[in-house]
Amino acid sequence: MRKSKGKVVRYNKWGYIFLLPFILVYVVFQLIPLVNTIYNSFFENYMSGLTQIGPNFVGLENYKKLFSEGDIWVYAKNTMVLWIMCFIPQIILSLLLGAWFSDVRLKLKGARFFKTVIYLPNLIMASAFSMLFFTLFSDGGPINSLLMQIGFIDEPYKFLSNTGSARGLIALMNCLMWFGNTTILLMAGMMGIDTSLFEAAEVDGATSAQVFFRITLPLLRPILVYVVITSLIGGLQLFDVPQILTNGTGDPMRSTMTLIMFLNKHLYSKNYGMAGALSVILFIITGILSLIVFKVTGNDKRKG
Amino acid sequence: MKKKIVSAILCTAMAVTMMAGCGNNTSTNAAADKGAAAEDGAAADTAAEETPAADESADASSDEGSVLNIYCWNEEFKSRITDHYPDYTEVDATTGTIGDVTVKWNITPNDDNAYQNNLDATLLKQADAAADDKIDIFLVEADYALKYVDTEYTMAVSDLGITDDDLANQYQYTKDIVTDSNGVLKGVSWQGCPGVMFYSREAAKEILGTDDPAEVQTYVDTWDKFNQTAALAYAAGYQMTSSVNDTYRVYSNNVTSKWVEDGKINIDDNIMQWVEDSKELVDAGETGTHELWSDDWSKGFYPEGKVFCYFGPAWLVNFSMAADTEGSIGNQGGWGATEGPQGFFWGGTWICAAAGTDNASLVKDIMLQMTTNEDIMKEIVVDDDDFVNNKPVMEAMAEDTSYSSQILGGQNPLGIYCAGVENLDLSNLSAYDQGCNEEFQNAMKNYFEGSTDLDGALDLFYKAVVEKYPELTY
Amino acid sequence: MNENLGLKKGIGLHARRVIAYVVLIIITFFCLFWFYILFINATRSNGELQAGFTLLPSTHLLENWTNLVNGTLPVWNGLINSLIVSSASAVLSVYFSTMTAYAIHAYEFRLKKFIYPFILMVMMIPTQVTALGFINLVSDMGLEDSFIPLIVPTIAAPVTFFYMKQYMESTLPLSLIEAARIDGSGEFRTFNAIVLPLMKPAIAVQAIFTFVSSWNNYFTPALILHEDRKKTLPILIAQLRAADWLKFDMGQVYVMIAFSIFPVIIVYLILSKHIVQGVALGSVKG
Repeated sequence: MRKSKGKVVRYNKWGYIFLLPFILVYVVFQLIPLVNTIYNSFFENYMSGLTQIGPNFVGLENYKKLFSEGDIWVYAKNTMVLWIMCFIPQIILSLLLGAWFSDVRLKLKGARFFKTVIYLPNLIMASAFSMLFFTLFSDGGPINSLLMQIGFIDEPYKFLSNTGSARGLIALMNCLMWFGNTTILLMAGMMGIDTSLFEAAEVDGATSAQVFFRITLPLLRPILVYVVITSLIGGLQLFDVPQILTNGTGDPMRSTMTLIMFLNKHLYSKNYGMAGALSVILFIITGILSLIVFKVTGNDKRKG
Repeated sequence: MKKKIVSAILCTAMAVTMMAGCGNNTSTNAAADKGAAAEDGAAADTAAEETPAADESADASSDEGSVLNIYCWNEEFKSRITDHYPDYTEVDATTGTIGDVTVKWNITPNDDNAYQNNLDATLLKQADAAADDKIDIFLVEADYALKYVDTEYTMAVSDLGITDDDLANQYQYTKDIVTDSNGVLKGVSWQGCPGVMFYSREAAKEILGTDDPAEVQTYVDTWDKFNQTAALAYAAGYQMTSSVNDTYRVYSNNVTSKWVEDGKINIDDNIMQWVEDSKELVDAGETGTHELWSDDWSKGFYPEGKVFCYFGPAWLVNFSMAADTEGSIGNQGGWGATEGPQGFFWGGTWICAAAGTDNASLVKDIMLQMTTNEDIMKEIVVDDDDFVNNKPVMEAMAEDTSYSSQILGGQNPLGIYCAGVENLDLSNLSAYDQGCNEEFQNAMKNYFEGSTDLDGALDLFYKAVVEKYPELTY
Repeated sequence: MNENLGLKKGIGLHARRVIAYVVLIIITFFCLFWFYILFINATRSNGELQAGFTLLPSTHLLENWTNLVNGTLPVWNGLINSLIVSSASAVLSVYFSTMTAYAIHAYEFRLKKFIYPFILMVMMIPTQVTALGFINLVSDMGLEDSFIPLIVPTIAAPVTFFYMKQYMESTLPLSLIEAARIDGSGEFRTFNAIVLPLMKPAIAVQAIFTFVSSWNNYFTPALILHEDRKKTLPILIAQLRAADWLKFDMGQVYVMIAFSIFPVIIVYLILSKHIVQGVALGSVKG
């Protein structure tokens, strides 16, 4: 008994050893800037041209300002709307593809090709991607001429000047860029599932749907949790696509302005005070939402 | 993305091909020969010795710092120096030498404000930096020049020993832009970028019955007439301009008050006039709301685009309007140039000396050589087709009857450029211009497109500006 | 009864297969279409690009390419720099994140309860905020114009760590590690020789993600790298777009974008083999 306990302790020091590189780098490159961010949120601290204003301690003034202006809720809503518009089709598509690819009975030909192709859009730089989007959806672009030719509209539709279509385009582009990513994550998870389980299920005469819901999904749960959490975090931090597609304006009338785009506005003047306060708020929102996801999905670490 | 292109392009400072085919010009033969010689490395040294100022710089380098750091966002100034500065020798893409001094080019592109972020951070540490790491020269553009010029980080050119007489031949507006709030001049430029109105000759004939610049001018010499002509153009199936943003620069260069006065955001009457005029034009379908440089904006470079006119300096028509592409208006020599309602400029790069430089005399020499030496100015005109910041040189070219622009259907537009640039008054700039101009156009787009009313757009503008400049009120 | 069921299932299967193919073909079109336009645009001159969109290639590909290579930008250098930075980032990030995840997964130690949520919290910090502070840090350390600040921080990649951790939960039984211990394998060796190979699909996935995001990263490198010969491809692209009037040429920009996508496609194709094949977990279950 004694001996075995000693052994566990001896092994467990390796836990610390294995953690060391991560923690070291983490402290230097992330923790220090992070603490700085929180600290700064209580200060007035920005640049007016080349002149540093502050840092002056202002307590919760930055937070009060953010909430009293009220816009932060609008941007939070925009962010959530954009995330949902993008995430729901994305996860459905990814699960569907994942199910098809892992379905032994379906025997899709060229699955290898399709699996490879879906991630390709992610390889294009967002800025290059949006250059192409602009070309396609411009007033005189091919989409408008197509729609006009089939008589769907009479004059060019300004895709980025209407709330619905602007949000739609952002969601579409984001979805295109990231659904392959999600699918790959899920597929990699599915690869880890013992194939004998599927074989056994087939022998037992289970339908594809049964296999998917009874075997694949439960075993995939940790990866699904990962996908939902990271997508949520990524969604709350949604930035580059709407930023580039709307020139950072969040047009029309800031209906596509996300929280991080708003934060980015404050970085123009290196306003660490306001940006810090906004980050802390974002951090709290993310934390709460992630906690909910963890609880709902019951991500109990010691299940097996 | 578009913004990136736009900013990239705005900052690009702007070579000008006024003189397509000017190399044959007899009056500049000497300069052309010299330019050719300078391309040859060995010959360049000989040329350098002929220039007295080069000796100065050689002296200077012995008791001054051994590294000259130049901060910029593209390679334009580097190629000007390489081609025209007497004893510059290129070592590799980002280093060169002048005598014993090593020249280091620190090139950061403009996207995401990276150039200014980098420059800001380095300037703020200038005092503590080792002598060889100190910035010696940095380049700025008009929109944010005052952000740097109106601080102690930029040296007055008089402190370098450059006198008003040295700069007497430069256009006043190029000095206005880099004059700080105390009236001290803190930078110089080798370029002038006066703008004019380019109209499609074919459209002019159809709409106005004439394509003669002087006659067309009578239809557009005030904004009222310009807007009346827009209705005529519309009736003939043309848009007056491609976008409201085409005319913005013209209005905003002719303001009588600053964007910010006593810490308060102020919208000039002429800017509000732009809003009013533009809203009417957009509602009447006489112009669009496209971003500059977008596909929709540039459609009017071709006859099928049905756009009557664009506003811009010479580089626009010569380099950016697809003149080298079959079927474009420029390719067929189909543009005409006239003054338009008001004078304006677009583009340009200014050279500033960073306070604390350890290469003051070399910096001075570079400034003088590159912006006042008439031989070099002529070389730049001939080799690079730049519109240089030197009145006598440009006026001589304007009077040269042998010069004509093919793109402009054989017109010599230099006189029009020169006239416009004389009257330009840019004393009403502020350090906030970049953010204000950008946000104002962004906000008003919502108003023009009917996403909100004028008050809503103005609120949006104020909000956006205060985000960028927290110290301002409205 | 049994036959009936079989028949019904057969028809359903056939229909499902057709649907699957139709959906997959549509998706494939949407995925590859962009590469096609990029290629088309790379074959067009600046003036042609201004004239708007077309589906037919033009004749300027070679000309654009020659202009690009003969221009002042060191594109080949950029390619090599990007390869160095992205490969090193991918390797370090994946290796150390897996190690960290393994530490959390396989060991019990006192600080574990504290460290795990702590790392997760980091994921929730928007990177935009710390970026500017990070740049200051880098210049204080005198690491400008160096690849170190672009590579080393990837060792602490919470997102990669989190994935590895989740993946281990579903595929790495602790009994396996016990078995290795009984066989007398040292802890470090167990990790390298047994755990890492088991994690191959996850490693390939995260290696691709890290490689691609590092490859396409513009913001941080733009603030750190100033010497042309040290710059990575995205900065050179930005610089190409910021060219002055005489040199500005969207045709070159598109060629360069196409050029910079090639290597990353190859890397992806190599790594994706590991994801698609996966590992036969059954064989190592003991």
